Amino acid sequence: MEASTVCVEMRGVSKRYGAVQANDCIDFRLVAGEVHALLGENGAGKTTLSKILYGFARPDAGEILLDGKPVELRSPRDARAHRIGMVFQSFMLIRALSVLENIELFLADLPAVPRQNEIADRIRAFGERFGLAVDPDAAVAQLPVGDQQKVELLKLLLADARILIFDEPTRVLAPHEVEGLFRVFAALKTEGYAILFITHKLREVLRCADRITVMRKGRITGSLAAREATLERLVAMMFGEAVHAAAGETAAAPRAADSPPIVELRRATSRPSGSEIALKDLDLSVGAGEIVGVAGVSGSGQKELGDLVLGLRPLAAGMKRFRGADASSWSIARLRESGLACIPEEPLAMAAVPGLSVRENLALGTGRRYHKGASLDWPRLEAAMARSFEALAFPLPPLAPPIATLSGGNLQRTVIAREMAHDPKLILALYPTRGLDVRSAASLRELLRRSRAGGSGVLLISEDLEELAEMADRLLVLFQGAVVGEFGRGAWTAEEVGLLMTGAKEPPRA
Amino acid sequence: MTTPLLVALLAGAIVSGTPLLYATLGETLVERAGIVNLGLEGVLLVGASVGFAVTAASGSAWLGLGGAALAGVVVNLLFGWLVVARKANQLASGLTMMFFGFGASALIGARYVGAVIGGLPKWRPSWLADLAWVKATTLFDYDVLVWLAVPVALAVWWTLFRTRWGLGVRAVGENPAAAYASGRDPAVLQYQVLALGGLLGGLAGAELSLSIAMAWSEYMTAGRGFIAIALVIFSKWNPLRAIAGALLFGGAEALELQLEARGSLISPFLLQMSPYLLTILVLLAWGGARRLAAPASLGRTFYGSS
Amino acid sequence: MPERAQAVARFGAVSVLALAVFAAVLLAAGKNPLQAYADTFRHALASAYGFSELLVRMTPLLLAAVAVALPSRLGLINVGGEGQLYMGAFAAAAAALCLPGAPAWILLPFALLMGFLGGALWAAIPGLLRAAGLVNETVTTLLLNYVAPLIVGYFVFGPWRTAENSAYPQTAPFPQAALLPTFFGTRVHAGLLIALAALAVYWLVMEKTRWGLDMRAIGGNAEAAQRLGIPVRWWIVAALAIGGGFAGLAGMGEAMGIAGRLRQSLSPGYGFTGFLIAWLAGGRPLVILFMAFLFAIITSAGDTLQISQGLPYAVVNILLATILFVVLARRAR
Repeated sequence: MEASTVCVEMRGVSKRYGAVQANDCIDFRLVAGEVHALLGENGAGKTTLSKILYGFARPDAGEILLDGKPVELRSPRDARAHRIGMVFQSFMLIRALSVLENIELFLADLPAVPRQNEIADRIRAFGERFGLAVDPDAAVAQLPVGDQQKVELLKLLLADARILIFDEPTRVLAPHEVEGLFRVFAALKTEGYAILFITHKLREVLRCADRITVMRKGRITGSLAAREATLERLVAMMFGEAVHAAAGETAAAPRAADSPPIVELRRATSRPSGSEIALKDLDLSVGAGEIVGVAGVSGSGQKELGDLVLGLRPLAAGMKRFRGADASSWSIARLRESGLACIPEEPLAMAAVPGLSVRENLALGTGRRYHKGASLDWPRLEAAMARSFEALAFPLPPLAPPIATLSGGNLQRTVIAREMAHDPKLILALYPTRGLDVRSAASLRELLRRSRAGGSGVLLISEDLEELAEMADRLLVLFQGAVVGEFGRGAWTAEEVGLLMTGAKEPPRA
Repeated sequence: MTTPLLVALLAGAIVSGTPLLYATLGETLVERAGIVNLGLEGVLLVGASVGFAVTAASGSAWLGLGGAALAGVVVNLLFGWLVVARKANQLASGLTMMFFGFGASALIGARYVGAVIGGLPKWRPSWLADLAWVKATTLFDYDVLVWLAVPVALAVWWTLFRTRWGLGVRAVGENPAAAYASGRDPAVLQYQVLALGGLLGGLAGAELSLSIAMAWSEYMTAGRGFIAIALVIFSKWNPLRAIAGALLFGGAEALELQLEARGSLISPFLLQMSPYLLTILVLLAWGGARRLAAPASLGRTFYGSS
Repeated sequence: MPERAQAVARFGAVSVLALAVFAAVLLAAGKNPLQAYADTFRHALASAYGFSELLVRMTPLLLAAVAVALPSRLGLINVGGEGQLYMGAFAAAAAALCLPGAPAWILLPFALLMGFLGGALWAAIPGLLRAAGLVNETVTTLLLNYVAPLIVGYFVFGPWRTAENSAYPQTAPFPQAALLPTFFGTRVHAGLLIALAALAVYWLVMEKTRWGLDMRAIGGNAEAAQRLGIPVRWWIVAALAIGGGFAGLAGMGEAMGIAGRLRQSLSPGYGFTGFLIAWLAGGRPLVILFMAFLFAIITSAGDTLQISQGLPYAVVNILLATILFVVLARRAR
């Protein structure tokens, strides 16, 4: 196959999900025999684009051409029929079966009594050819994640795909496995396969891609040949030039210099489970009247950090202090009673119980404050909650109906009102403005600033650098479970932080 | 001195274990496809009663055997219609079929209580029968179901692990979405497996009424359906291990009979408990690793995430 | 309330359909279904004694249903009512047999307590295993179902066997002081009051107390409940134990109120029937009451079938199964 055949062309592709324009008039070309990287931050629209190409989603506008001919991809079956294959972030593998069986399952021409040895030989042959050596008889559950990914790829190759989409393939790989993957890319492209490599990791893109397209907020902000790309240019395309590190109000409450931090983690380490990142020797502290921001690409350990502070996840090593006391083994209930509040990323899934009424949900997590014999002091609870809603200038919803009847925004406001009702000392805010419209997001930020002014500490974990620039008195950058950078307000640029977030720059040795 | 006891035990274990093995094989197939059938006891009872009734009415044990197998298929397909087509709760549906089995078997067998039948003919290969030590025992003097038990287990194993159909069945039980993505229809596979499982369950019941007891009485399966469900877990959903497990659990039953006959003081109840306790112990021993043992999509609510 | 009326109408249609199917079965067996239904009605509902027998049957069914319903509000599946019932009977029997001379006002409460504890401990085992993340409680409660009657059997055939010359293995009769009082010369015993109280307590705790709120929160969204500080694992054990305790009371009632002794054949599947009642009722107390009553009528029909139609009692299970079958088939998602 000639190396310069345009296999896939997308023209003017657009897709909107509710209020969000995930893809905005995208023009994109994929060439055979080339590794084309699609680079961008979370929410940039890369996954949507790949879903469209694989038939999982239909574009609102635009067209797709394969080998110059327009096609309609109504489902993944159509895509597979056109020899498009996708290796997903979460593998479609059956863990209890062997490599051989997983691949057999997806072979269209499998005989009733398969010739196991023959297929095993084919698997080994492909494995050798492209550096994807896996033992066909191994159980998938036993394989390291890198090898599982190879099985997914072999499935596609044995099913005769020639356009291969990889969605964030290196997220789950160890560094040496990443090298192996790039060697596979090299072998594949010399045989004429077209490879679309979706990622947010800059350094890797520069190592393996022939062509790089950068997306930001649904649009393509640049497309260039790899030899013309530099770190700085890519970072600028990814994060935008217009981030003013010192924007926003800088009114921080005067901090009593010798008052202890509200929460403190020292050399905190968590135990990894499954595919989660473990926190390693993490030091963190949030003082009274301070907003500490945590930046990082998704999967850097934010979830683990939030769970650790909340008390959901135990410390494997290290120490946690809350308001001066050793809280390393405190229960969630005790932490909440001592003044910890949490605004989670998905209020309905993580902080509300669907079957219960609004009133009952407001009672959850209030600890012993309203205990009255075998029941609760409902009038006092309702009064306190009403006061909280009023103080926040939120409309008080009807209390009797089930909480699931509330709109998304009202649900979040209810959760926030509940959390703020007892003057929390530490507010754990996890992606609090995700999915909110501009006005609600702004008022939530104002709320956090007011809490700070009132002497509370805020730990703000966010993926929005602009938000962090506006809010954070101190900024920590998290990468692979460790803090790789710490900056005071106004002392950082988006470029610097972006490089640390994506592991492209070695953290300064303090 | 203990050799005769051991031999008698072995012979007893093989015979007692046969209905267990058939029932377990049927349930293994069904659970491999992701369905728990708590009504297995009902299937066994219907098989036993229909087999006995047809034999008593027609005089032919072979017809009875066929009737039992067919009856088992019918009961399982009724169950299958509930859980596959109507997507009903598997536990409740299984218990419903258990009650149905209690009643239907009582109704069918009512007329034939106390009837005397010829039963399934036993057969012993002559070259074995000529051996003196064999002649004195009941070893190798078995009916067709006992002779076929291990071959059937091997066949079930081969079908599950060496054919395309078996691969599809296992995929449905692990990850129906993946099975569907590979172009298969999970519902069709589940019906096929339920039919096969019902056939094996019917045969298990027939072994009880047409050979071991050669009689019919209500509830005569005495919980063997539930022992089989335990045995499926105990043998990790593997037909080959089920052979060993059936022998073990059947051996417990045989031991109980032998001890009672010899007036031993060891309580039969402890032995009757052993299958269940052993299974619980095995489950504990697996600990967290059990997730890899059970078909991942079994029952959806049954072995759901803990 | 049109929705409730709709549900009632739907259930009425289900019952009619099931009765029709069962009538067909009876016809096929050469019996007269209309006669059978009329006899049942006359015996069960139109005679005082028949009605009292309904209450007798309802008692263990109510308790067994609560045993399933309470843990189900947390999302736990308790199929072990049968075993918990037997362990309750066993523990209560132990209490009665080891304090033979004690007066009723000591013996009865003690036996009640032991009955509850017996079932509670039996259910706590699966609870602990589930809370530790080791085994799903559905499996363990199911397996322990069969161990319990064997434990009872061991004692009934062995150390506790009655000295009377009886072909039937059972213990000696309990001292009079241990027996639950009965009413109006019928077999209805104080266990009925306990069962009704249990139902009321279940409703009260679930709907009106803060503990019920915590339990319902776990059932609604266990992750959110945990993140908000509710001790989920502790509640798993507690809910299963309390449920098991109620089943244990059912066993105590059957032993102390009906049989007057401990036997291996105390329960013709009350535990499983209770599961089905609770499942059909969706855990709602009034519906549980109605369903238990309905199932009691059905089982009394079994007696009628046996006596007046010459069919084995077990055949009534077909009617039971038919009703369940039709309900399950209609609940399509």
